Amino acid sequence: MRKHVNVDESKFDFKNKAGYAFKSAPGLDEKIIREISEYKSEPLWMLEKRLEALRVFRNTPEPDFGVDRSQLNINEIVPYIRPNAVKEASWDEVPDEIKDTFERLGIPEAERKALAGVGAQYDSEVVYQHIRKDLEELGVIFLDMETAVKEHPELVKKYFMKLVPANDHKYAALHGAIWSGGSFVYVPKNVKVPLPLQAYFRMNLAGMGQFEHTLIIADQGSELHFIEGCSAPRYNVHNLHAGMVEIYVMEGAKVRYSTIQNWSKNTFNLNTKRAIVEAEGTMEWVSGSLGSMKTMLYPATILKGRGARANHLAVTYAGTGQIMDTGSKVIHLAPDTSSTVDARSISVGGGWAFYRGLLYISEKARNSRSSVECSALMLDNISKSDTVPIIDVRTSQADIGHEARIGRISEDQIYYLMTRGLTEAEAKAMIVRGFMEPISKELPIEYAVELNRLINLEIESSIG
Amino acid sequence: MALLEIVDLHAVLAEENIEILKGVNLKINEGQIHAIMGPNGSGKSTLANVIMGNSKYRVTSGDIRLEGESILDLTVDQRAKKGIFLSFQHPQEIPGVRLRKFLISVKQALGSKEPLLKMNRKIESLADVVALNQEFLERYLNLGFSGGEKKKSEILQFGFLKPKVAIFDEIDSGLDVDALRKIAEAINKFKDEGMSILLITHYQRLLDYISPDRVHVYINGQIAATDGPELARKIEENGYAFLLEGIER
Repeated sequence: MRKHVNVDESKFDFKNKAGYAFKSAPGLDEKIIREISEYKSEPLWMLEKRLEALRVFRNTPEPDFGVDRSQLNINEIVPYIRPNAVKEASWDEVPDEIKDTFERLGIPEAERKALAGVGAQYDSEVVYQHIRKDLEELGVIFLDMETAVKEHPELVKKYFMKLVPANDHKYAALHGAIWSGGSFVYVPKNVKVPLPLQAYFRMNLAGMGQFEHTLIIADQGSELHFIEGCSAPRYNVHNLHAGMVEIYVMEGAKVRYSTIQNWSKNTFNLNTKRAIVEAEGTMEWVSGSLGSMKTMLYPATILKGRGARANHLAVTYAGTGQIMDTGSKVIHLAPDTSSTVDARSISVGGGWAFYRGLLYISEKARNSRSSVECSALMLDNISKSDTVPIIDVRTSQADIGHEARIGRISEDQIYYLMTRGLTEAEAKAMIVRGFMEPISKELPIEYAVELNRLINLEIESSIG
Repeated sequence: MALLEIVDLHAVLAEENIEILKGVNLKINEGQIHAIMGPNGSGKSTLANVIMGNSKYRVTSGDIRLEGESILDLTVDQRAKKGIFLSFQHPQEIPGVRLRKFLISVKQALGSKEPLLKMNRKIESLADVVALNQEFLERYLNLGFSGGEKKKSEILQFGFLKPKVAIFDEIDSGLDVDALRKIAEAINKFKDEGMSILLITHYQRLLDYISPDRVHVYINGQIAATDGPELARKIEENGYAFLLEGIER
C-alpha cells in the first residue's frame, strides 16, 4: 500500500522561544499601521504611503483566480512582530536563541563559504546584517529596508513600490500597508559584485505574517547575484507570507535573483516579484518553490529598453496537501528584446502543480525573440498538473517558440535503472533529479543539495 | 557448478494472462558463455526480462536459481545486487542524469566504497576500451546517443559493474561490422574467468567474435534445441526451418 507523508521538515520544524518586545493585536486597522510606523521611527512620507495602501487594500476585491484563500483570515494574522533584539553588528552578538535558529539553518556556514553579505530576517526585523568592507568601499549598499528608508530616502522614495504599486492587486496593497523588513541593495554604475549577496527570511511565531520588501537597484553596467531563502516552522495556525521584490535593472546591467522557498505547509505564500529592465540589461530569475500550503507566485520581467533580456528558470514541487500556482510573466515592450522561460514542476502524493504563464509582446517589440517551455512530471495517479500559458503577440515581427509537456514518470525508465541495482525509490528520485537538473544546477549549491534531499525523502515516503 | 539455472519456467504477460514462456530449461555454469538464437518475434527478449524480474511478466510455475538459490521473490534491483546484469536492445534515455555520475551512483548503491578518483579513472579507461568518446561521460544517459553509442554505453556499464551473470539482448543489432567487432572485443576483455554470459541474438555473426560454449535455439516459448557452436553455423546456412518441424505451434 502506498502512503503519503509530507516532506520531512524536521530541519525547519523547530520553534524557538525568543522573547517578543512588541506584538501587535490581531487585526488590521489604521491604528496598527500608525503603531508599526511609530515603532520603526519612520519618516512621515512612509507612514502616508502605508495608510494609502491600507485604503487601497480595503477597496480592492480579492483576485478572481488562483488558489482558494477562504481559510485565510487577515485579521487573525498578527501583522507585525518584532523580536526582542536590536540589530547586531557581528554574529556573536545575536541572541543565542535566534542564533541557534540560523545556525540550524546553516546561515553562518553559508557566510563562511565566503558569501559577500548576509542579511537574515527573523520574523519581521532584520537581526543580522553584514557586508564585506571592500563592497562598501565600492559603494555597494546592502541594508535592511527600514534603515534604507532612513538613510537613503531619495532612492527609496524614487523606487519603492513604483514597479508594483499598491493598486496592482489586493495583496500588494496589504504588503504596502504592513511591509516590514527585507533588503535594500544598490549597486553603483559598472560595479560588478563578485560574490552573491544573500538574505534569509524566517517566520517563527504561529499565525504570523511576513511581509518583507526587497528593493534592488542595479545601476548602469553593474552586476549582481542576490540569493533569497525562506523557511518557517509548522504550527496549527495559518501563516501568511506576502512579500514583495522589486528589481530595477538599468542599462547594460545584469541581475540574477535566486530563491529557494521552503515555507512550512500551513503557509499561504502570496508573493509578488517584478523586475524592469532597461536597454541591453539582463534579468535572470532562478526559483525553487518547494514549501507552503498554497502558493501564488509569478515572477515578472518587463523588458523596457531595446535589447533587454530575461531568463526565467523555475522548478516547482507540489507534494501532499500543496497547491502550487506558479508561473512566469514576461512583457516585451521594446525592439530586439529576448526572453527564455523554462518552468518545470513535479507533483506527488496528491499535490497540484498549476503553471500560469504570460508572454506579452507589444506592437513596438519588433524583432523580439522568446522561447517558453513548461514541463510537468506527475509521480502518481492522485497528483495533478495543469498548464495555462497565455501568449499575446501584437507584432508580426517576433520569433516565438512554445512547448508544453505533461507526463507521468515512465515505468520503463524506472525498470531500466532498477536493473542496474537502484531501488524503486532511488530510481524515481534519480529520474526526478534528472528532470530538474537544468534548473537545479543553476541554484546555489547548498540549495540544490537541499532540493535533492527533499525529493529523496518525499519519494521514499511515498513508496512506503 | 550451475551459476544460473532455469527450471521448467512458465510465465504470462501480467496484464493479459497470455502464456509466453512455456517451460524453459537452461543451465549456465560458472564461466560459461551461452547463446540463445531464435527467429524474430520468438520472445527471446521476454526470457531476459523474466530473468531480470520485470513486473510486466508473471511467473506461473518453475524456478530461476542463482548459485542454487531461487531469485523469484526478489525485486529487480535485488537481482541486480545479486549479480545479474541485463544489457538492453533498446536502452532507456534518462534526461538530466550524466553517464559518469550515473555510473558512480549505481556503484555506490551497490555498496562500493571505492574512492571517487579511482572510480573516475576506471570509467575513463573503460570508455577508451569500448571506443566511446570521453565527452559522452558528461552527457545525459543515452540521450541523443546513436544506436552504436547506446550499445557502447551498455557495455561500459557491464565492464564497470562486473556482474556474475550478464545477459546481452541483441547487442549486435544495428551495428556495422567494425562496431560489432569492437563491442565483442570489449565483452571478451571485461569478462572475468568466473563470469557467465548469455548472448541473445538473431544472427550468427556475433558468435564469430565471442565463442559460445553452448548454443540454444529458442522457438515459441521453449528451448527447441541445444548443441555446441556448430549449431549456430547450421542455422546460418539453413535457417530455422529445420527446427520448426515437429514443434507444436
